[in-house]
Amino acid sequence: MILPGTGGQERARETEREPMGEQSAAGRPAGDAPEQVIATHGLTKRYRGGQLAVDGLDLTVPAGSVFGFLGPNGSGKTTTIRMLLGLIEPTSGTARVLGRPMPRSARTVLPRVGALIEGPALYGFLSGRDNLLRYDAADPTADPRTRRARVAAALDRVGLTAVAGKRARAYSLGMKQRLGLAAALLRPRGLLVLDEPTNGLDPQGMREIRALVKELASDGTTVFLSSHLLDEIEQVCTHAAVMAQGRLIIQGAVADLAAGARGRLAVSTPDPAEAARVLKEQGVAAVVADGDRVTGEPPERDLAEVNAALVAAGVRVRGFTLERASLEDAFVALTGEGFDVAG
Amino acid sequence: MSRAEAPGAPARRGPGPLWSVGLLRSELVTTLRRWRTLALLAVLAAVPVLVGIAVRIETRGGPGADGGGGEGPAFMAQITNNGLFLVFTALAATLPFFLPMAVGVVAGDSIAGEAGAGTLRYLLVAPAGRTRLLLVKYATVLAFCLLATLVVAVSALAVGALLFPLGDLTTISGTSITFAEGLGRALLIALVVAASLVGVAALGLFVSTLTNSGIAAMATTVGLLITVQILDQIPQLHAVRPYLFPHYWLSFADLVRDPVYWDDLVRNLGLQALYAAVFGSAAWARFTTKDISV
Repeated sequence: MILPGTGGQERARETEREPMGEQSAAGRPAGDAPEQVIATHGLTKRYRGGQLAVDGLDLTVPAGSVFGFLGPNGSGKTTTIRMLLGLIEPTSGTARVLGRPMPRSARTVLPRVGALIEGPALYGFLSGRDNLLRYDAADPTADPRTRRARVAAALDRVGLTAVAGKRARAYSLGMKQRLGLAAALLRPRGLLVLDEPTNGLDPQGMREIRALVKELASDGTTVFLSSHLLDEIEQVCTHAAVMAQGRLIIQGAVADLAAGARGRLAVSTPDPAEAARVLKEQGVAAVVADGDRVTGEPPERDLAEVNAALVAAGVRVRGFTLERASLEDAFVALTGEGFDVAG
Repeated sequence: MSRAEAPGAPARRGPGPLWSVGLLRSELVTTLRRWRTLALLAVLAAVPVLVGIAVRIETRGGPGADGGGGEGPAFMAQITNNGLFLVFTALAATLPFFLPMAVGVVAGDSIAGEAGAGTLRYLLVAPAGRTRLLLVKYATVLAFCLLATLVVAVSALAVGALLFPLGDLTTISGTSITFAEGLGRALLIALVVAASLVGVAALGLFVSTLTNSGIAAMATTVGLLITVQILDQIPQLHAVRPYLFPHYWLSFADLVRDPVYWDDLVRNLGLQALYAAVFGSAAWARFTTKDISV
């Protein structure tokens, strides 16, 4: 279990270093279309109490990716996001967003970044529309002549047009979340930073938000999505990074990460002892029998032959499946511990 | 591809010089749409009504018996002769506490309230810009100072005109000026009173950058105001008193002299400018380096 995971980690670190090396070697100026939408180097934040919230983070988010930023609550995700957006000054290290250093270039970078940070924050006594008008007015580079039209388009995009005139105080949590997303969509963005966008939503609301994120990503916008839900990252993201206790554990393409933990062959049978013996003969490693279920790491050979061997040996097979490795398996393989969703 | 377009889009047309005004307008409108702001203005508008009615009832028995009012705010005795004096009385009555308290509430809430509600982080990533946002906040508080003072003055003028005669008025120096000139003096006084609140507004703004609780910032600002007002009453502190922001507040009465006695008025405005500079800088230093972790 440990070996494939470690391999994945090394691979991810390699892919992370290479592009950064290229960039510094070429001495490329901060261009408009950077290959890395987010690149941090040794990013560290120590709060005044001495607590180390983020510890030497080297994060690379490729352009056009849907990047899952994963970790239990309190692992430093939000502190990282706040540093990337210039809300918190890093103790040390550097961060580049859209090719420019943050927080120094906040004025030029942030108009191209839409953000949802730790849930939406709204003026309860203002209507949904007026909330968006105010946030848009706060952006000095937003054209006031197109403000109303852009607000209407953003409301339409998240399906809130019908309730745009209602006070935000009366909105449900899902509506507030969607209004927060609308604020992030007021202008064409090069990067969307969504911190726990489905937090506190019911399953229906989660599905809606995820569908919206997928839709946005299909337009080519890079999406940086933080979550403490593994399956959410797996459903939506092309790339992922895992944080725990302020440190980056791994980052890379989701397919690579999941491939790090190989799938398992599972046989359902009323004859588990006999099945386990035959499977071992067929080259299946790490065979585990649990009740009428026998699992193991699949061999290199054709699985049809393995099944035929089982039947030939008189094993009664109810089910014969290859279970795809999930990101959770990869995570467990990497850390040797479960993912504390309750956090 | 839209990804290629997106980063280029904002650079297409530079922001016009008036684009920044949008935030100030939004801030003014947002402040005035809070029920708290409206309640404060309603209380301020009610003060002249109460004073006017009280004076009217007191003097109903004998119309000529106006000399008895030695107590109470300045100009109280002259109201029955000329309703315009209600403007001066109302401003003298509200300047020590009601007006600065209202300003303290609005100024204290300005940054801390947004921080507490979480809206501050969205304004900053919009990006409003910290210096720009602070300037807009201070400008809005100053606008509220003027608005609050004008609400008191206009309410007092309306009540004075309804309940008492209007006409030429006698200055503190005993000379007589026309009603039109009296109105001009009243407007000037309102402006001076509004300017007297500049210091407490800056103090409130600074306090507001120190905390993430709007209520705490408001309470601290109003508490400081009361403390300073009390200190200003202690004769033994005479060495310090000229530097306390409310010390020259009531100097606006010198505008009803003929000729106007300017010394304390100038000292008052200078002191307010000093407070605005000191606490404005402190607020800027604090706000531009603060970690926004709420």
